[in-house]
Amino acid sequence: MSFWSYSIFFAVIALTLYITYWAAKQTRTASEFYTAGGSLTGWQNGMAIAGDYLSAASFLGIAGAISLNGFDGFYYSVGWLTAYLVVLFLIAEPLRNLGKYTMADMIGSRFGAKKVRGAAALNTITIVLFYMLAQLVGAGALIKLLFGIEYWISVLIVGVMMLVYVLFGGMTATSWVQIIKAILLMVGTIVISFLVLMKFNFNFVGMFDVMRTATVHGESYLHSGVVYKDPIGLISVLLALVLGTAGLPHILMRFFTVKDAKTARSSVVYAVWIIGIFYVMTIFLGFGAAKFVGRDAIIAENSAGNMAAPMLAGVLGGDPLESFVAAVAFATILAVVAGLVLSGASAIAHDIYAEIIKKGKVTEKQQVFAARMAAIGVSFVSILLALGSEKLNVAFLVSLAFCIAASANVPTILFTIYWRKFNTTGAVASMLTGLITALVLVAVSPNIINPVEGAAFFVGEPLFPFVNPAIISIPAGFIAAVVGTYIGAKRHEAAEVAYAEVRFKAETGYRGAEG
Amino acid sequence: MTVKMKKADTPDNRKGKLITDGQLDYERLIETDEFKQLVKKKKHFFRPYVIAFFAIYLMLPILTGYTSILEARAIGWMTWTWVYAFGMFVMVWVLTQIYVKKARSFDKDVEQLLGKHVRK
Repeated sequence: MSFWSYSIFFAVIALTLYITYWAAKQTRTASEFYTAGGSLTGWQNGMAIAGDYLSAASFLGIAGAISLNGFDGFYYSVGWLTAYLVVLFLIAEPLRNLGKYTMADMIGSRFGAKKVRGAAALNTITIVLFYMLAQLVGAGALIKLLFGIEYWISVLIVGVMMLVYVLFGGMTATSWVQIIKAILLMVGTIVISFLVLMKFNFNFVGMFDVMRTATVHGESYLHSGVVYKDPIGLISVLLALVLGTAGLPHILMRFFTVKDAKTARSSVVYAVWIIGIFYVMTIFLGFGAAKFVGRDAIIAENSAGNMAAPMLAGVLGGDPLESFVAAVAFATILAVVAGLVLSGASAIAHDIYAEIIKKGKVTEKQQVFAARMAAIGVSFVSILLALGSEKLNVAFLVSLAFCIAASANVPTILFTIYWRKFNTTGAVASMLTGLITALVLVAVSPNIINPVEGAAFFVGEPLFPFVNPAIISIPAGFIAAVVGTYIGAKRHEAAEVAYAEVRFKAETGYRGAEG
Repeated sequence: MTVKMKKADTPDNRKGKLITDGQLDYERLIETDEFKQLVKKKKHFFRPYVIAFFAIYLMLPILTGYTSILEARAIGWMTWTWVYAFGMFVMVWVLTQIYVKKARSFDKDVEQLLGKHVRK
């Protein structure tokens, strides 16, 4: 650890803390706390979406996966980018038109029943916890490697930092930390990509020729199939990737930080360009690490390949560049966990406490207080879980979060907007079926029960063959929505808003008295 | 402003209590020609693109998983697998721009509709 590393690290931390101090002074109301008062512009929110989305899994995980497994690692880039077409075409504008603070608000705009909002909040909290666990475990490993401090202290440092951002700065601070982090991440990745290309004499096509013989996989490094030998398992993963984004609570929440659907749309467009350019560059990160760091060195540092990108930076640009990239990775994790804490806290404080327990009769002050308490609670639980999860595979946790989001949230979100007959029973059935199916199938999958000793918690034959259960759990969520709707149709559906109103507002952005 | 409740004979009426925001007669609004036109135009625009991008996306694992046609060399040693994947990036960017352009025309339709039926 050099002078460079320390100074760059503390510069990044000081910058983000200053933003929080500045943001704290303008966070008074619930709307400012949850959604920055809806005041972000299109490009600001687009950058923040990119900052929120390009998590440790994207930056550290994909670079490592491509370096070790070639094209199979690049599937993540393809899937996570294409996911934004689903968001742009089907979700972003109607969501902004109907919602206020949270995803459950949007579903609640049609179904007044407490159980609908409760189920949505439960999904949000589950997804947030899995996603957060992945980021915290990654952060712990990163700081442990860089500063040589104990894992548990690393997790505590990250945990306390994220809590500070959220607690004092709310969504304004979180958004700006994400924006700055997105800029730093793009700069770092562009510099590394340029250096890698230079090493390949700026010959993009020639790079593939070199890679054909550069790894232990030989030519199959350039093809699909190094990891995903079973096509059905691969399709299952790709379904979770492409549909999951549209159900991630912390990404959906970002659409409430802008003033209207037009701005929500323009922020997705900015995000698509930034995220797309980033994912193209993951090829250079991955190829570069495989060629210039080498498989053995990458695996020696971290068996999942998570340290490939910082190590590549070190090889190409020496200590300063490695420190910069590590600091960016750290800022990445902080920005993402802060966004996650905020969406978890809003599900507890806004959906469960304010809307279900207090039936919407809370003052601004109580709302903000409840949100801050919930943020402390979410942070505390996730830190505790992370302390016991050092050995868990980070990529598996993130793909599980995507799978739950795709199975439990996406059917309900789509049907709420587009299906006239959809009702309370269908919504609750869909959300709970998606959630439970995904969790149960994972519990009996090779992630938990594996014939290879040491690969999972139990040794044995898994009852479900695929690592990611999306291919079963997503259809289960949709089918439960339809079945629940037809069973529930015969009953009294008290407190449902007329579909005509939801449809009209979703299409036009008309907001009633306030609009 | 008059609060119009749902009529008993509308097809969607369930026996339970329906809540409205008491602002407008939404049942009438969604039956106006302008709204129907808007929804129809959107549907005609979205449907082929949504079907196309899901099909193109899912063709990738099917082609790589069940055939080896993408393993042939395309340009130098860049195989068709990579060309297909880069093609998906281009598709995402192109569809995004097409969407934005089209959405602006929908914005105008919405303005007209609100101007005629809501903000009298």
